[in-house]
Amino acid sequence: MPKTLYDKLWEDHLIRQEEDGTALLYIDRHLVHEVTSPQAFEGLKLAARRPWRVGSIVATADHNTPTKGWERGIEGIADETSRLQLQTLDANIREYGALAYFPFRDPRQGIVHVIGPEQGATLPGMTVVCGDSHTSTHGAFACLAHGIGTSEVEHVLATQCLLQKKSKSMSVEINGRLGRGVSAKDLALALIGKIGTAGGTGFAVEFSGSAVRGLSMEGRMTLCNMAIEAGARAGMVAVDDTTIDYLKGRPLAPQGSQWDRAVTVWRKLKSDPGACFDAVVVLDAGQIGPQVTWGTSPEMVTGIEGAVPAPEDFADPVTAEGVVRALQYMGLTPRTPMTAINIDKVFIGSCTNSRIEDLRAAAAVVRGRRVAASVKLALVVPGSGPVKRQAEAEGLDKIFLAAGFEWREPGCSMCLAMNDDRLEPGERCASTSNRNFEGRQGNGGRTHLVSPQMAAAAAIAGHFADVRVLL
Amino acid sequence: MRKFTQLDALVAPFDRANVDTDAIIPKQFLKSIKRSGFGQNLFDEWRYLDHGEPGQDPASRLPNPDFVLNQPRYRGAAILLTRDNFGCGSSREHAPWALEDFGLRALIGTSFGDIFYNNCFKNGLLPIRLPKVEVDGLFDQAAHAPGYRLRINLETQTVIRPDGKALSFEVDAFRKFCLLNGYDDIGLTLRHADKIREFEAIRRIEQPWLFSENL
Ligand code: SF4
Repeated sequence: MPKTLYDKLWEDHLIRQEEDGTALLYIDRHLVHEVTSPQAFEGLKLAARRPWRVGSIVATADHNTPTKGWERGIEGIADETSRLQLQTLDANIREYGALAYFPFRDPRQGIVHVIGPEQGATLPGMTVVCGDSHTSTHGAFACLAHGIGTSEVEHVLATQCLLQKKSKSMSVEINGRLGRGVSAKDLALALIGKIGTAGGTGFAVEFSGSAVRGLSMEGRMTLCNMAIEAGARAGMVAVDDTTIDYLKGRPLAPQGSQWDRAVTVWRKLKSDPGACFDAVVVLDAGQIGPQVTWGTSPEMVTGIEGAVPAPEDFADPVTAEGVVRALQYMGLTPRTPMTAINIDKVFIGSCTNSRIEDLRAAAAVVRGRRVAASVKLALVVPGSGPVKRQAEAEGLDKIFLAAGFEWREPGCSMCLAMNDDRLEPGERCASTSNRNFEGRQGNGGRTHLVSPQMAAAAAIAGHFADVRVLL
Repeated sequence: MRKFTQLDALVAPFDRANVDTDAIIPKQFLKSIKRSGFGQNLFDEWRYLDHGEPGQDPASRLPNPDFVLNQPRYRGAAILLTRDNFGCGSSREHAPWALEDFGLRALIGTSFGDIFYNNCFKNGLLPIRLPKVEVDGLFDQAAHAPGYRLRINLETQTVIRPDGKALSFEVDAFRKFCLLNGYDDIGLTLRHADKIREFEAIRRIEQPWLFSENL
């Protein structure tokens, strides 16, 4: 019987299965960061257990780390509990070990989902887990990548396995060509707008179609990153030349004869012709324009030509009620054109959009222009040390700085505002991150999700603007 | 882990869809390196009128009297009735820790965020999925009956309404087994340590690059 990519990845890691279908899956790569691991290590210690295979662990500090003042070291972090989490991660890795560890201020430090692929720690055919929902990002490499909770982090540490039930499979086929000024982020937002944030619940999603094949690895990572916002457990893309070219020469990728052997195995990581999916969604990339969210859930999204909807546009009373609350929180009036919404801050960063290609795309819009005077803060936070240095080598930092952006050190930053980068109550932000939930970027903050180009366009205009006019 | 067998408890109806884990436990409280003590900050931004930070004395806070869990009639509720997609968003296990620490033992809704759903079972919390009409019915009854209680029987997989009607729900047999007995997954998995070792050994030979240690 023809198999889906998901079937293949599943079967390749299946150790055993209970009668009810609960399976024990072997885990190849375990990514660890400071926020969801302390309680797991503590549990391990209390039970007098050791990690099963420390060679599977790649660790970094990202969620809490400051994006400036690095010269002051850990003592420069004012928040005591943030400091404690970084120190706890240090102590745990020192005690137990890891294949690789990129602590605060290491030149290779960065957002866990950026550094995994960048270092070649994420390889096709792997199962990848991390105590972070956006682990779905790694599926871009034909991996089975799951976000897990802290108890599961402990379970993987102790057993190298994860208990899972197989999901249903969904094919999201995106055909056609992306228009100018349209990126993977817009595809992801348009998809979520179409199927809803629960549309993918219970599914593992494979992205395919000519538009997906045409995306770079960065773009595919953005797409898989947002699969979780559609409710899916995992997102994935089959291996092709783009995948293999990206991985060649990465520090942790195989070399020499092992590389050739690996590539032969990786080439098989795609769905067989005629493989059956439980659900199929087809999108035409050519029909999708730049997207902007207007509410407090990623499904509350529209094209830049659109306007804020009214509650009465929604038939379901619970949805309409949610819209009322969202508009109130967001401080928006129905029928306001998206381009008439002024912004206070701009954030270009996060595991969704902080890779080199994202920074290039934003810089292309910014070049030779100035951030609007009404914008209080425009931040660029590269996803990792290597991304930052690459961007500097290309002179992108100069373009951003000349325009009035701040150029920061890598980390999660204002994606979730656990460090000092945040929105104040009522502030409105054009953000390239992945969640516009209430308070996500700071208590009372108002987040609008957009692509890097659209964030750049909003920074220049001082309100949401159609980037296609600027290109 | 605490066992879950039966529960007869007061119900708090929480009439919102898409309640995300950022709302269940806002990020400033994730900085703890402990598993306990999150209950006082459950739904912090909705539950209090002032802004919350870790380490505050709850007595010094300004509770929002309109918030469901602050209403005297729901004090002591151990069952939370919710709408679609409760617990969507981040993987933070602090969300079920906070719900459990607050005193909740079961959640009833039409659907739950996937990782959140998983996390609940690891913490002795039972998330129950029921069809929309049944959830609507429960909201309706709860609104009209002060002190509304439900009985939950995990063994028979039923929610029993005060009028005697039993609503049955699905739960994976393995999760049910763990919850009924209070078993921790790790101990159970390690019974298969030999199988894991065997699997790993073969994998090491067939795909050695997955075991690279050259950084
Ligand atoms: S950038 Fe944001 S979404 Fe990504 S791992 Fe960090 S906090 Fe999570």
